[in-house]
Amino acid sequence: MSDLLAARSQMAMSLAFHIVFAVVGMGMPALMVIAEWRWYKKRDPVLLDLAKRWAKGTAILFAVGAVSGTVLSFELGLLWPTFMQHAGPVVSMPFSLEGFAFFTEAIFLGIYLYAWKRISAKAHVAAGVIVAISGALSGAFVVCANSWMNAPVGFTVTNGVVTDVRPMVAMFNPAAVAEVIHMMFAAYAATGIAVAGIHAYALLRGTLRPAFHRAAVQTALFVSVPAMLLQPLSGDFSTRDVAKRQPIKFAALDGHLHAGPAALVVGGWIDERNLTRKASIEIPGAISLLLKFDSKAIVPGLDSVPVADRPPAGIVHIAFQVMVACGLALATVGAWSAWRAWRRRRGSGVALPADRTYLKALVVTAPLGFIAIEAGWTVTEIGRQPWIVQDFLRTSDAVTPMPGLIVPFLGFTLLYIGLAIMVTYLLWMQILKTGITPLGGHQPPVVSETTEYNVRR
Amino acid sequence: MFGADELVFTLPHVVAGTMVLSITAYVLLAGADFGGGVWDLLARGARKAQQRKLIADAIGPVWEANHVWLILVVVMMFSCFPAAFAHFSTELHVPLTLMLVGVVLRGSAFTFRSYDVSGGANQARWGMVFSIASLMTPIILGVCIGTVAAGNIPMDVGTSRTFVERFVSPWITPFAFSVGALTLALFALLAATYLTIEARSADVREDFRKRALSAMVAVAVVAALTLFLAKRDAALVYHGLTSGWRALLLIGATAIFALIASVALLTRAFQIARVAVGALASFIVWGWAWSQYPFLMPPDRTIMSLAAPRATLMWTMSVLIVGTLILLPSFLYLFRVFKSVDRVDVPSDSPSSLDSTHS
Repeated sequence: MSDLLAARSQMAMSLAFHIVFAVVGMGMPALMVIAEWRWYKKRDPVLLDLAKRWAKGTAILFAVGAVSGTVLSFELGLLWPTFMQHAGPVVSMPFSLEGFAFFTEAIFLGIYLYAWKRISAKAHVAAGVIVAISGALSGAFVVCANSWMNAPVGFTVTNGVVTDVRPMVAMFNPAAVAEVIHMMFAAYAATGIAVAGIHAYALLRGTLRPAFHRAAVQTALFVSVPAMLLQPLSGDFSTRDVAKRQPIKFAALDGHLHAGPAALVVGGWIDERNLTRKASIEIPGAISLLLKFDSKAIVPGLDSVPVADRPPAGIVHIAFQVMVACGLALATVGAWSAWRAWRRRRGSGVALPADRTYLKALVVTAPLGFIAIEAGWTVTEIGRQPWIVQDFLRTSDAVTPMPGLIVPFLGFTLLYIGLAIMVTYLLWMQILKTGITPLGGHQPPVVSETTEYNVRR
Repeated sequence: MFGADELVFTLPHVVAGTMVLSITAYVLLAGADFGGGVWDLLARGARKAQQRKLIADAIGPVWEANHVWLILVVVMMFSCFPAAFAHFSTELHVPLTLMLVGVVLRGSAFTFRSYDVSGGANQARWGMVFSIASLMTPIILGVCIGTVAAGNIPMDVGTSRTFVERFVSPWITPFAFSVGALTLALFALLAATYLTIEARSADVREDFRKRALSAMVAVAVVAALTLFLAKRDAALVYHGLTSGWRALLLIGATAIFALIASVALLTRAFQIARVAVGALASFIVWGWAWSQYPFLMPPDRTIMSLAAPRATLMWTMSVLIVGTLILLPSFLYLFRVFKSVDRVDVPSDSPSSLDSTHS
């Protein structure tokens, strides 16, 4: 493994690991505080219990997110010193703002997690709201920094030196809006559906506390469903944005190999070296039609740039398909959920704990949000290669001269695998405590869900 | 070479000064959290479990927020002094990576210990990881600082050196490690002194008073050793710390606060001890900063020569000012909530099993 590949692998692994926790840090506070707000209004103890239970899971995930985020802030310099040397002053704004947003999030999360009995309920809810807002802002700022790498503006290069730096222009770069919106929806959709799936699993297996899990599924979906429904629109906006600004990345994600009218390519494998496709389903002219309302319109292909400037289209194409497939599945579940909620409100339909088909759908789609996020970031990052800053700095020119990078790559990989196992185990212990029957344990009698549900009706 | 007799106030200097203040905040707050981990490792005697419980309760709600000061310093460094950041993180790749492993293990092991309900043995194992990481991380942090201050990673040296010559030898020096030891002793002193105030029983308070006093002795001994080694290995630091009236003032203030803190600890004036120890730690940080002024990357790169374009500095400082207006009241609120009244209401089924009464 070359040092460049090791550095890229370490960065990819660190980001893929951290993003799960970063997304949870955006989504979970919203869930917690909505549960607590509902409790504050209705004084139903189940809702308070839910907020507290979620807070514990969040505490574990946030801690790992905080330390893995620290690793990333150092890795920018440890692995890509040349990139930071040139880009640091230009992207300083989103990173500094993110620092303060994260500060606020950490302070008020400490208060939220540990001060249940120390401050008034109102102050506690307010602390939760601050956590949710600063968590969202923190994510938005980091995405602004990333979008600058895709649409670098706010500086001039004179004789190889970065001059005329305009940090605010860089922060509000043209790619920022599309990326930030897409990431926000992704965070709420992914966290919400994952949480809903876990509690749906409890309801499916049979639980001693159906009211608790029902409230959990409802609250999680309240956050998730709007995001799942809106995400395809945001995805369309993002893709058009990429097609306009990064035509080669777009060619890679579509699998559009030769400049000319572009087909919609579904599935298949791209051989980027020989510029061929295998086993794909194609709708000729569809992409040209979608982008330019003309099925004959010329769209730049992978062959529009020299080989040295092409991203590995095979991976990008697959990742894009995975993301879109997950997103569409989630949108379907979102539509189903909205339809169910509407029917329930009108007094018809099946009660949640009894609607086993729907619960199964929630369980099956639970991981799809996070899979889509990982795939989406693969599209963004691999699709930008060989550039670290699009058209300005190559990844290979940004890497550290430090040799033997495979050692830290393997070290951090092992460390993160260990952390992942431990976090999963601890979360599972927390989930078991909510009254779900342990695997292999003896099955307690399933509480009659309908009785409980009839009360509300 | 510049004389370090004149303090210049230009925008880059203001930014560098702000970085020093952030590092001071990190030392005073996060430093004490690391120090707490050290005392967790060294917990002994009849009240071992109570000591650990106190430490866990003191760290739990605040360590993540305290830790962000380090991230702020990193962000300011790569925004405002990008070439220095690139150089520093290239040449110190090995120790910085080790430090990061320590940061990760400290934070996650602490959390795992708090939330692992599977029983005593697992919790003890996480406690061990947490406390050893708390011991290692400050040492490596100090080593990195000592290496920079000593001018051991100059920016203009060619790259035609072996791996060891370039990436290992500069930081494997007695001086760098004595700075590491000083950092550790200082963090332990801060933690023990703060814990005398947070302790809820007289016995535990007395335990930490004794620990604070022994940490004070350690700080004094290691500081003297560091100064002695500086004379031999780090002429810049030694010169900076011993010449000029400002340097002598800094050294004098450090010594006076060490004395006040010692007397306060001996006479059980814990509030005074806390303030004095905080001042002592701050003056040590400022002494280091002054010793390498006006250089950001000793021996020859000044703050001015490494500064980012003016627009970046202006905007970053604006963000810092606005951010601080939000941050300071938030921090005050955090500490008012947790560091004033009774004990922290820890999540019901978490670190309580550190109590010997519970298993």
